[in-house]
Amino acid sequence: MPSALINVPAKAKRGDIIEIKTLMSHIMETGYRHTASGEVVPRDIITSFTCRYNGTEIFRTDLYPAIAANPFITFFTTVTESGKFEFEWIGDKGFSETASASITVE
Amino acid sequence: MTVTRRPTRRDVVRGVAVIAAALPQPSFAQASPRVAVIGGGFGGAACARALRRLDPKLQVTLIEPNRTFVACPFSNEVIAGLRELSEQQFGYDRIAADGVAVVAQAAAKVDAHARTIGLADGSTLPYDRLVLSPGIDMRFDAMPGYDEAASAKMPHAWKAGEQTALLRRQIEAMNDGGLVVIAVPAAPLRCPPAPYERAGLIAHYLKTKKPRSKILILDAKDNYSQQKLFENAWQELYPGMIERVALSQGGRVTSVNPATNEIVTDFGNYTADVANVIPPQRAGHIAAIAGAADHTGWCPIDPVTFASKLVPDIHVIGDACIAGGIPKSASAAGAQGEACAAAIVNAFAGKPPDTPRLNGACYNTVAPGYAFSLRGIYQPRDDQYAEAEVTTSPVEATREVRRREAEQALDWFQTITVNTFG
Repeated sequence: MPSALINVPAKAKRGDIIEIKTLMSHIMETGYRHTASGEVVPRDIITSFTCRYNGTEIFRTDLYPAIAANPFITFFTTVTESGKFEFEWIGDKGFSETASASITVE
Repeated sequence: MTVTRRPTRRDVVRGVAVIAAALPQPSFAQASPRVAVIGGGFGGAACARALRRLDPKLQVTLIEPNRTFVACPFSNEVIAGLRELSEQQFGYDRIAADGVAVVAQAAAKVDAHARTIGLADGSTLPYDRLVLSPGIDMRFDAMPGYDEAASAKMPHAWKAGEQTALLRRQIEAMNDGGLVVIAVPAAPLRCPPAPYERAGLIAHYLKTKKPRSKILILDAKDNYSQQKLFENAWQELYPGMIERVALSQGGRVTSVNPATNEIVTDFGNYTADVANVIPPQRAGHIAAIAGAADHTGWCPIDPVTFASKLVPDIHVIGDACIAGGIPKSASAAGAQGEACAAAIVNAFAGKPPDTPRLNGACYNTVAPGYAFSLRGIYQPRDDQYAEAEVTTSPVEATREVRRREAEQALDWFQTITVNTFG
């Protein structure tokens, strides 16, 4: 099972607005819960998500403990040229995942 | 009891005659409270009978437009060709024989303040207490592409009857090597483990008749009841036949296209040979008309009495009510119906309500002679139902244990249908 799911249209016309969907598998442990013996369950969340298009950052968001497990992030962008979207998730405990998807602009 | 009569149609006259025959003389009417029950499924039928049993003086009317009830439990066996739909059908004769006035009409309106029900033929039925047991309606506005017309092409089969028969015919007509897609909505839904029972039973049919076929479950949930039992059973009985895409793997269906049998998720497109699309649900529509449903589409209740939190003198039972930890099942609906009847009888007698302790049973059959179960006891806690005790079949067990549970499942069905309708 891949930890990242990406949905980017394979093709689009120049100037089209496209929707990008992403889902990253992650427990998003808040840091506010306790075990049965009373110990705090340490926080373990994704803290940031970034999308670059041909190397230029086009979308970024910070994530917080209130966000549920397996964050599902979608956003829109305008396509201007063929290229590659690169996605990056960074979080607690050294969490770091990347994924990418290409689009052909006609 | 008074019924505003418009005797222009024969069934109206018959309905009124039944009421008149079953009720005491008008001079006693004031002394004997009138309880109306809308919906003749497991909840409503059990409640109507229990009311008469607990207090034979009560005037009890059961409003149900269908003359034959088609039971959902064991309807997955019908889809898989292991059982006939006729074995799922029950009538209301014995309920009428208990002194319940059965009115074969739909309720169109409820005026909670005037305490009247408007029937489909335009007549009006007054009540002192009303029990709503309307079951579920599909939310045909919730999934783009899936409306009532689409259900004729992509059956939900989530109310037993013609939809059950349609899904069975589609699976029987499918070629070997075909793909059956089952789309499962997020909770709450009627009978939460039933989609997985259905997958196993359809796999049984396919393995026997069309062994190159596959089943794909697209699921808007990550986890489900008795998951390990199902997964082990599929692995044992149908290796490689059933694939499931959970919510966190992109399993939530976002739209469907009945013209092409396409099912779309956030991360994929699937074309089904047979598409069993189970849409999100809500309480049967009359609950919203009565003002008993909240923004979720379901009905908040006081767990001790099943009294609506939104409208006076109305109780809600079965799949339609928000019952916390109790799964929406036939067994729970019947138990709720009896507890609600007891609460109403106590209220009329000026007694405080008893705190219910409800039993629920949920059997899942994966193949003929192979079943497991979850049995629970549920009690009110913090204004909501909570599990007091839950027993699930062991994950590791011999086939003999599974075989005995399959027998117990059939016994359970016979018992609940005899108690409710027989």
